[in-house]
Amino acid sequence: MAIVRLAFLSVLNRRVTAGLTLLAIALSIAMLLGVEKVRRDARGSFASTISGTDLIVGARSGAIQLLLYSVFRIGNATNNISWQSYREIADFPRVRWTVPIALGDSHRGFRVMGTSEGYFEHYRYARTESLEFAVGGVFDDVFDAVLGAEVAERLGYALGDSLIVAHGTGDVSFIEHDDKPFRVAGILTPTGTPVDRTVHVSLQGYTAMHVDWAAGVPIPGVRISAEEARTMDLTPETITAFLVGLDSKIAIFGVQRRINEYREEPLLAIIPGVALQELWDLMSVAENVLRVVSSMVVVTGLLGMLTVILSSLEARRREMAVLRSVGARPLHVFALFMSEAGVLALLGAAAGVVLLYVALLVGQPIVTREFGLHLPLAMPAPADWWIIAAVVGAGFAAGSIPAFRAYRLSLADGLSMRI
Amino acid sequence: MSLEPEATVGIDRVRFAWRHGQRDVLDIVHFAVAAGERVFIEGPSGSGKSSLLSLIGGVTSPREGSIRILGADLVRMPSRHRDRFRADHVGFVFQMFNLVPYLSMVDNVTLPCRFSRRRRERAGAQTGTPEAEARRLLARLGLDRDGLFERTVTDLSIGQQQRVAAARALIGAPELIVADEPTSALDEGARGRFLELLSTQCDEAGASLLLASHDPRLGDAFDRRVSLPELNRAESDPNRRAA
Repeated sequence: MAIVRLAFLSVLNRRVTAGLTLLAIALSIAMLLGVEKVRRDARGSFASTISGTDLIVGARSGAIQLLLYSVFRIGNATNNISWQSYREIADFPRVRWTVPIALGDSHRGFRVMGTSEGYFEHYRYARTESLEFAVGGVFDDVFDAVLGAEVAERLGYALGDSLIVAHGTGDVSFIEHDDKPFRVAGILTPTGTPVDRTVHVSLQGYTAMHVDWAAGVPIPGVRISAEEARTMDLTPETITAFLVGLDSKIAIFGVQRRINEYREEPLLAIIPGVALQELWDLMSVAENVLRVVSSMVVVTGLLGMLTVILSSLEARRREMAVLRSVGARPLHVFALFMSEAGVLALLGAAAGVVLLYVALLVGQPIVTREFGLHLPLAMPAPADWWIIAAVVGAGFAAGSIPAFRAYRLSLADGLSMRI
Repeated sequence: MSLEPEATVGIDRVRFAWRHGQRDVLDIVHFAVAAGERVFIEGPSGSGKSSLLSLIGGVTSPREGSIRILGADLVRMPSRHRDRFRADHVGFVFQMFNLVPYLSMVDNVTLPCRFSRRRRERAGAQTGTPEAEARRLLARLGLDRDGLFERTVTDLSIGQQQRVAAARALIGAPELIVADEPTSALDEGARGRFLELLSTQCDEAGASLLLASHDPRLGDAFDRRVSLPELNRAESDPNRRAA
């Protein structure tokens, strides 16, 4: 259509101001969509991380904290729980299975988790998926390790490679368990959960690493080699947490209360879904603030566009008169200015989407590494299209203000410009 | 009914004020332009030239009276039809800033063809496409030097811009060309050449030419000259008279 082409050429002619306006709109849309994406993906990845587990039990602290360190490998436990308590609870009626978890060490930035073979049997993610081995299998030996897909890929490990676990969970560790190397016995397929970024070792192996340690430091003068450790009793004294599966969902609340009232030791049992909900409630305030802020940024971008078009109006009265003289109706002038706003909003939205994907492409590995949050490069979600449509619609709506002024001016001016 | 061919412009008992309730700026008993005639309207600024040309263009409407262009009564037409009618039958040249800055020379010339199917078809009938016709007209107006077509219109000299505007007014052979002070931004030599070109092209196309200027010297080349202050019975601007 002639008017849209004119609008496009007119915008193109004012490259600098139009470009800056476009950039403002693009940035604001990228920000709005980015916030939405992070929010959605965070929820999605959290929600699909654990299923099939009825209760998570750890030392008494906060439900969210327990959930974060036991499942998401975020933060640390404040206290351990005794092996004895674990055994007793494992024998509670209605308890079908338990999987112990020992945390606190790391390997080149990835968390190391001591656990039992049952973990690979009972852990479920994305509702019903169980863990699958890409190669190898569960631990056969005390010093066997099973790697998450990302650990293997990023660090380039293959079956049979050996690795040394560092003490503590910092990025840089000064103390390593270099006297007890582990051998890669299995590599899991990708799950999109924190499992991908975990080095799993047997609980015995985990205990063996620490037999010559006390209170978080090696005992001076005591060196127990890997071979000597094999011969020792490697039942741990403490573990960090454990997962519980019950034979019936109905039993959940009863068992949970019993664990929470356990007299020997202060324990906390949480239902993963409930703790996740608490986490959402906590996060929703921040989410809403982010949404409001990014919406404001979009409004600012559109206001900038409005200002640019409005301030160009006076200088373009002559152009409007010329268009009128060649047969343009005042409605054409209105359409021209509407189209300019529309072209800017549309191009801005398109540039914003491109910008977002470029940012995702660049930021994805960083976000995954720093925050353990996987942001998949997917097509915009239906909700995103609505947001884009709403912004472009708002752009058009904003365009109607200068368009109406231009319409009025061109009616009053006619062919000559009267001030 | 007269057996004579319909006049290109026929104005009868027209009164016009810019705003309702304001004093009239135009009060004309009769004014006509015959087909193919070249008429020079002379009058100082403020004598109502622009008002008269706006009325003939159908951009504004008189308070009373009739304005007929090619036999069609503009006053009775809805404004939508007047805009269409202007696009189809009238070409305009203004004093300056005639061109749309973001369009190329050729795009500026073919602009009326985007709003008028009649002129698009007529331009196409002449040389095949409106673009080819635009190039032909530009060449006729002496604008075919190397690389000129590719230049942005804002880089053109004022004389060149006015000739592009003339080509735009002429494309698609409208029956009436209206020029409002088209030469006042040009120097002496360019002025004469421009008038000659415009005049020749109107003759070739068989269009009537209505040119308004404050400069009486321009009138010599025209079939007829009309003094607007004599034609217009409305009081001239009281402020101007006092000055």
